[in-house]
Amino acid sequence: MATLELKQPIRIRKERSRAGDILRVLSGRAAGLAGLILVLFFILLAAAAPLVAPHDPIAQPADRLLPPDGTYWLGTDEFGRDILSRIIYGSRVSLQVGVISVGIALLLGGALGLVAGYYRGWIDSVIGRVIDIIFAFPSVILIIVLAGVLGPSISTAMLAIGIVYAPQFARIVRGPTLSVMQQQYVEGAHAIGTRQLQIMLRYVLPNIAAPIIVQATLSFSTAILAEATLSFLGLGTQPPDPSWGAMLGTGRKFMELAPWVAIYPGLAIALAVLGWNLFGDALRDALDPRLSQN
Amino acid sequence: MSKYIFRRLVQLLPTLFGISLLVFGLMRLLPGDVVRVLVGPELTITPEQRATLERMLGLDAPLYIQYLRWIGGVLTGDLGVSLRTSQPVLATIVQRFPITLELSVLALIFSWIIAVPLGIWAAVRRRGAAEFTAQVVGLIGLSLPNFWLATMLLLGTSLLLRWQPSPLWVSIFVDPGTNLQMMIMPVISLSVALIAAIMRMVRSSMLEVLSQDYIRTARAKGLGETLILSRHALKNAFIPVVTVMGVQLGLLLGGAVVIEQIYGLPGIGWMILNGIYQRDYTLVQGGVLFIAVVFVLINLLVDVLYAYVDPRIRYD
Repeated sequence: MATLELKQPIRIRKERSRAGDILRVLSGRAAGLAGLILVLFFILLAAAAPLVAPHDPIAQPADRLLPPDGTYWLGTDEFGRDILSRIIYGSRVSLQVGVISVGIALLLGGALGLVAGYYRGWIDSVIGRVIDIIFAFPSVILIIVLAGVLGPSISTAMLAIGIVYAPQFARIVRGPTLSVMQQQYVEGAHAIGTRQLQIMLRYVLPNIAAPIIVQATLSFSTAILAEATLSFLGLGTQPPDPSWGAMLGTGRKFMELAPWVAIYPGLAIALAVLGWNLFGDALRDALDPRLSQN
Repeated sequence: MSKYIFRRLVQLLPTLFGISLLVFGLMRLLPGDVVRVLVGPELTITPEQRATLERMLGLDAPLYIQYLRWIGGVLTGDLGVSLRTSQPVLATIVQRFPITLELSVLALIFSWIIAVPLGIWAAVRRRGAAEFTAQVVGLIGLSLPNFWLATMLLLGTSLLLRWQPSPLWVSIFVDPGTNLQMMIMPVISLSVALIAAIMRMVRSSMLEVLSQDYIRTARAKGLGETLILSRHALKNAFIPVVTVMGVQLGLLLGGAVVIEQIYGLPGIGWMILNGIYQRDYTLVQGGVLFIAVVFVLINLLVDVLYAYVDPRIRYD
């Protein structure tokens, strides 16, 4: 048997995973890394709240509107509650709202967009018209009215935010679905008799995941901001549950006496939103096919 | 051009119909019933009194009849009366809308004055202080909650400058100085997020235009950068920016709800919010419908402007 001697060894490259590509891009950009760190920080803070918070967020020690000191690092609010503990527990509310409302928007909007792009024709027209109608309202006003009409609570806040942001996901999903439906592998799947639902879930959905992931990440920040706005107006999380927006809403009446009551909750909102925005921007760059070809 | 406008107007009709259905349907989502909301939870009413109230409010008719009566009223300018004050809703809206409009327009002008030069600077001077400034401004602007910024501005002016805006609204036609003084902080609070969004869009659009072949040709011909920017780049870079003006106005109208509440500006946003707090649902219904229709018409105007600026659009 003839043998072949190679002058140089052949290097077999392991196929790069998508997750590895994303982490590589994120770690190469300071802003993306900062965003990821902030996001992880708030997730860990929410998860470890009972361990990290120095005091009970709802208990009311005797002294109200105390300035920051050794015992109450960020001071106390108008009911004598520790602000730092309430901010830590408030991160749970933000995370919960982000996950559930974005989840609702993704499921509802994603399903609508997938169906519209798959079936086209009159179904696409009707869904498009419904989306146009919801987009005809300034989203903040629609969220406020929905939450107000359904009754203020964290559940209605999540539902209202999810419903109002669903059309964005529908539009994000519809376009790529139309493109993927033109591909030969989808035609082939039709030809061999694959069921429609299976085609949508197994052939179309995995190939349109990138823009959905980016939109979901960016929507997280807008969901946090929307919940904070609703709670600020008294239409979201109800007292005594800690919510950054509600803390700011009730605390601002005392801000001239005790500015810390208004400053720190707002900073928490800004940092959380900044983290998700930075992470979402970096993720979009990482998942952009034009960049991944280089 | 007139064919394009006519086509767009016709396309608008189903959207307006859908908006009216959604607004009508929203008020039907009320937990409990309107009669109970009207009389309050404590008062006990007999079935005969309830039936009388339902007849007065038209609630005894089937839903589609209620809708037809309501939309018939809307098309003749009758948006009903406030459940709390018995004032005509349209009259209240007409009184309050100019305040929201003034706030939104001033915020839009202020945003463009700051954001456009910043975006152009960031695009022309890539890498270095300009790009860094633009990124920081962009990210901070989009992350800061406008209600927190409004609160901090009030706190800052109160503690540091010992000054607060006048609590009573003064129209710009009565006393422009006091009016503008009242509007400075609300405008700044409302503009920050928009400045960030517009600046990013201008920068992104300019970068795309500056990478085009015709710009390279202009440079190769020896034209100066200023001439290239002003004659070739700006005009084309602004087309996508102008087209999202409708969306920007939506952001402003939405943000105005919260800002009006913080600064005590008696605009339509505050009217809707107070209507929600007081469960005055005819007021909320009328206000939301009005804002949605205005938003849709502004988007239509922007689309027409876009078609005027970019003729390719009207021939599609």
